[in-house]
Amino acid sequence: MKFYLKKLLSLLLTLLLVSVMAFAAFNLIPGDPAQLILGTQATPEALAELHQKLGLDKSMPERYAGWLLGLLHGNMGTSLQYSRPVSELIGSRLPVTAALALMALLLIFTVSVPVGVFSAQKRGSPVGRLLDSVTMLNISMPGFFLGILFIWIFGLVLHFFSPGGYVGWRESPAGFLRYMIFPALAVALPNIAVASKFLRSALVEESGADYVRTAVSKGLSKHIVLYRHMLKNALIPFLTLSGMMVAEIFSGSILIEQVFGIPGVGRLLISSILSRDFPLLESLVVYLAFLVVLANFAADLLLQAADPRIRVKP
Amino acid sequence: MNNDRRFSLRVGAVLIFLVCSAALISLFYTPCDPYAIDAAQRFLPPSLHHWFGTDNFGRDNFSRAVTGARYSLFVASVTVALSCFFGVVLGLLSGFAGGIADEIILRLTDALSSFPAVLTALVAVTVFSGGKFAIIPALAIAFLPSFIRLTRSGAMRLKNLDYIQAAYVSGASTARIMFRHLLPNLLPTLIPAVVVGLSNAILAESGMSYLGLGIQPPTPSWGRMLFEGQTYLFHAPWETLSAGLMMVLTVLGFHALGESLEK
Amino acid sequence: MKKNFIRKIASAVLAAAVLLPLAACGPGGEASSSSSSAAPTSSSAQSSQASGGEFVFGMQTQPDHLDPFLAATADTRSILFNIFEGLVKPDKDGNLIPAVAQSYEMSKDATSYTFHIRKGIQFQNGNPVTADDVKYSLDTAAGLSGGKVLVADLAKMKSVEIKDASTVVVHLKQADYEFLPYLTSAIVPKGYTEQDTHPIGTGPFEFESYSPQQSLVLKKNPDYWQKDLPKLDKVTFKLESDSNALLMDLQGGSVDGASIANNVASQIGSGFQLIQANSNSVQMLGLNNSRKPFDDVKVRRAVSCALNPDEIISTVNFGKAVRAGTPVIPGLKKYFDDSLTHAYDQNTQKAKQLLSEAGYPNGFSMAITVPSNYTVHVDTAQVMVSELKKAGVTATIKQVDFATWLSGVYTQRNYEATVISVDGTTLSPRSYLGRYLSDASNNFVNYKSPEFDSVYKQAENEPDEDKRVELYKQAQEILSKDAASVYIQDIANLNVLRDEFSGFTPYPLYVFDASTIYRAK
Repeated sequence: MKFYLKKLLSLLLTLLLVSVMAFAAFNLIPGDPAQLILGTQATPEALAELHQKLGLDKSMPERYAGWLLGLLHGNMGTSLQYSRPVSELIGSRLPVTAALALMALLLIFTVSVPVGVFSAQKRGSPVGRLLDSVTMLNISMPGFFLGILFIWIFGLVLHFFSPGGYVGWRESPAGFLRYMIFPALAVALPNIAVASKFLRSALVEESGADYVRTAVSKGLSKHIVLYRHMLKNALIPFLTLSGMMVAEIFSGSILIEQVFGIPGVGRLLISSILSRDFPLLESLVVYLAFLVVLANFAADLLLQAADPRIRVKP
Repeated sequence: MNNDRRFSLRVGAVLIFLVCSAALISLFYTPCDPYAIDAAQRFLPPSLHHWFGTDNFGRDNFSRAVTGARYSLFVASVTVALSCFFGVVLGLLSGFAGGIADEIILRLTDALSSFPAVLTALVAVTVFSGGKFAIIPALAIAFLPSFIRLTRSGAMRLKNLDYIQAAYVSGASTARIMFRHLLPNLLPTLIPAVVVGLSNAILAESGMSYLGLGIQPPTPSWGRMLFEGQTYLFHAPWETLSAGLMMVLTVLGFHALGESLEK
Repeated sequence: MKKNFIRKIASAVLAAAVLLPLAACGPGGEASSSSSSAAPTSSSAQSSQASGGEFVFGMQTQPDHLDPFLAATADTRSILFNIFEGLVKPDKDGNLIPAVAQSYEMSKDATSYTFHIRKGIQFQNGNPVTADDVKYSLDTAAGLSGGKVLVADLAKMKSVEIKDASTVVVHLKQADYEFLPYLTSAIVPKGYTEQDTHPIGTGPFEFESYSPQQSLVLKKNPDYWQKDLPKLDKVTFKLESDSNALLMDLQGGSVDGASIANNVASQIGSGFQLIQANSNSVQMLGLNNSRKPFDDVKVRRAVSCALNPDEIISTVNFGKAVRAGTPVIPGLKKYFDDSLTHAYDQNTQKAKQLLSEAGYPNGFSMAITVPSNYTVHVDTAQVMVSELKKAGVTATIKQVDFATWLSGVYTQRNYEATVISVDGTTLSPRSYLGRYLSDASNNFVNYKSPEFDSVYKQAENEPDEDKRVELYKQAQEILSKDAASVYIQDIANLNVLRDEFSGFTPYPLYVFDASTIYRAK
C-alpha cells in the first residue's frame, strides 16, 4: 500500500513538474494568442478588448494558477483558439490517438515476437542474415518518412486507401480501421524492428545460459526449451521495453498524425503550441505525461508479475 | 567477436566512412553549387550531370544532399555530445548519491521524456534568437532522459560492487569514485548508446525541420529537403528520395556500428 | 497553417473594374447565380446542371469563431459568408445587392439609411426576420445596446430606429455617402445566444456540424430567398493544417476543390480546373528603416537593385503573380502606380556601387525573419538570399512561427528584414498607404518621411477625385524613391475544382461562395 502511495505521489510530482515546465516555456516564447486571432489589422483597442475577454490581461503566473485551480476542480478551462472546453477537445481526440497507439502496439507484439524468435533460430544462416538486414533497415527509417512513402505508394499509386480521407470511428468503424492501418504500420514498423532485434539478442543471450545447456544435454527438445524457458525469460526485459515504447509511440504519432491528416492529440498539441493556447497546452501536456508515466508503471507491474524475484522500486 | 558483429561492424564502418567522407569532400568540392537557383533547370530527373536530379529551385539534389550531410552530422554529434555529458553527470549523481537528489532527477527525467520537443525547440529558437543551430540545445534536452536513465541504472548496478565499496571505505571522494571508478565501467554501455543516439538525433532533426524549426534554409539539411520535396513527391520525387536515402544509409550505418560495439 | 491568416476580409467593396480583368483569367469567371454552366469544363459543359449532391472544399485554416460578430480571421469570414447575410451583400462584380433588405433609400444628407425588409425572408430556424432582429443585430455589432463595439466599422452608427414591422432606419453620427458597404454585417435572430456553437443566419446554407481541425459541415437552406440557390445539398469545409495535406486530399480524392498555394497548384494533375484571381495583398521584403544599415536610403536602394521580382515570380510562384513595385495592390487600378513597377530593376553593379557609396564596399550581413508557416515566403526568402549574395550581401533566413513573428517583428519591430504579404482592410488606397505615416501604429517598417506624411494628408482631404488619385500616386512615388521596402508581387489566389463541378464564383473579396457551385453531369 505504502508502495502505491509513494508511486502516486511521484506521479503527481511529475505532472506538476511538467505543467510548471510548460508554464516556464510559455513565459519565454513570444506570441500573443489575441494577436494571432486578430491578425495584422488588429487595432490596439480590439486587442485590449480581446485580451480582457480571453483573460490574457492577467499575468502569466495568475493564468497558470487559475488553470491549476480549475484542474483541481476538474475543469481544464476553455481553449483560446477554438473557444470550447478543453475537456471536450481532448475527449474527442484522445480515442483517436489511443486507437492509433493500440493498433501500433498490437502490430508490434504480433509481429516482433515471431520475427525475434525466428531470427534467433536462424541466426548465422542466409535467411537470418536477410532478416537482420531488413530489421536494421527498418530501424533506420523514420516513421514520418515511411508515412510519406506509404501515402505515395499505397495511396496515390496503388490506391489501397485514399490519403487524407480520414473517416471517424462513429461514422464507419470499418472505414476508420482501413484508414488507420497505414499510419499504425508507419508508427509500428521502426518499433517492430527495435523490439524484434531486442528479443533476438535476449534469446541469443539466454541460449548461452547454463540451464539451457543442461536442458538440452538432458535431451529436452530444442523447441520445448525455446518456448518453455528461454522465451519466458527473454520476454521479461521485452516487457520493460514495451512500456518505454508507449512514450515513443505517442511522440512518434505527432508527426504521423500531421502526415496522414489524422485528428488526434498530436495535431492538437502542435496547434496549441503554435497558437499559444495556454489552457489547452497545459492540459494536453499533463495528460500525455500521465499516460507515459502510467505506461511505464504498468510495464513495471507486468514485470513484477512475470518474475516475482524482481521488486519494483518506486 | 562472432560473425554477426563482424558483419555489422563492416557494414556500419563502410557506410559511415562513405557519408563522412562525402561530407568532408563537400567542404571543398561539390559537382554543382548547392545554392545556385535556376528555375529553368527545375524538377530535372536524375542524369549524368545531376545524379539525383534537381529540386523546385533547380538546385542540384546530389550536391545538396552531400552538403546536408555536413550539417546533419554536425547537429547530431553536438546534440549527442551535450546530452551525453549532462546525462552522465546527472545519471551518476542520481544513481550514486540517491536520496533526494535521485528523486528530483528522476522526476525531471520523467517530466522531460513526456514534454513536447516542439515546445522545447520554440523556446530554444527564442532564447538563441533564431540562430542557425538553435535546434541543438532543444534536441539535446530531448535526448537527456535516455542518457540519464542509462547511466543511473548502470551506476546503481555498479555501486554495490566490492571495489567501489572498497574505494569508498578508503576515503576516496564521491566525485572521484563517480568519475574515476564508475564512469570507465559504464563506457561499454554508453558507447553503443552514443552511436545509436547519433542516428536518433539525425532523425529528430529531420522531424523538426518538418515543422520549420530545424536548420534554416537555404542551408541544406536532410530534414528540410524531405519537407520541401514532399509537395513535389508525385511528379518529381527526387528531392525527397535523395535526402531520405542519405538519411536512411547514415542511420543504418550508425545502428550497425552501435550493434557491433554492444557489450 | 492558416495561409490566409494575415488577410482580412475587405469590408468595403471594390469597383467592378478591378475584378473583371482578373476573373477572366480562370474558367468560371462568368458563372453567376442563375446562368447555366458558364465554366468551360471538359466535355459536358453545356449539358443540363444537376441540382443537389455534396461538395467538399479543402482549406488550410481553422475557424476562430462561428459567431459572425466575433470571427476575426479572413478564412472564417469566408466560410461564414455562406451562413450569414447583411441587409445588403456583395455580388461577384463587387456591387452591393439587397439581401435581408429588399430595398433601401439614403437620406439626401447621407445621415440616415432606410431599409425595407424582404418579404417572407426567414432565418434558418424558420422564424421570420423582423425589424426587431435587424435592430438587435446592428445594435449588438455596433455596441449600441451597452455592449462592446464588435464590428469596428459600424462605430459611425448613432442609432437604429424601428419604423414599422418591416422597416428600419439607420442613423449615422455624421454624413457618410459610402456607408452601405458596412451594412454587409450579419443579421441574426434576436436574443439567440448559441451563435458560437450553432450559428443561425439567413444565408444559402445552414450550419450542421463543426469538428476543430477536421471539418465544418453546412447543409442546404431550403427556404433561401433566392429560389434557385443553393444548388448543392451539402457542403463540407475540410480543415487542413498544411499545404501538403491539401495536395494529398486533392490527389487522394477526399476533396472536390480547394484553395491552394502556387507551388501546390503546379503539382495538380488533370481532372481539375484552376481558377486564378488576385490575392489583393502585396508581398514585400520589409526593411526595418530604423535599423542599421537600413536607416540609409542608399542601402535600401541597393537591396532593391539586388533583387529581381521577376525571378521570384517565376521560381517561387510558377509565374502566377503580378509584379508590384508599390504597396498598393495592382488590382486597385485607379490608384496603382504602374510606372513604379520597374523603378528598381535588377542591377547588381548598381547595387554594389550604392553599397560602397553608403560605406559598405564589402557588403554586409542581414537576417531575414520569415514566418515558417508560409512556404511561399520562406521560398521567396531563399531566392532573395541567392540574389543578395551576388551583390555582396550575406543574408540568412530566420524562420519563426507566426505567433513569434506577429509579436517580435510586427508589434515590437525587433528585426532587420522580413518577407510578408500585406493586405488592406478596405479596398481604398488608404489602407495600403496609411501604415507608412510616421506615427502609424502599424508602420512596422519604421518608415519616417515628413514629405510622405504631408502628401498623404493632403490626399485624404482632397475632395476632387482626379487630384486625389494624383496625390496618392505621388505618395507612392515618395515611397519608391525612398525604397521604404521592396515590393515584390501580388501572389495569385488559386482555387481548384474537380472537373465535374462548375459554377465557382470568384469575388473581388476574400470569400468562398458555395451556393452557385453545382455538379455538371
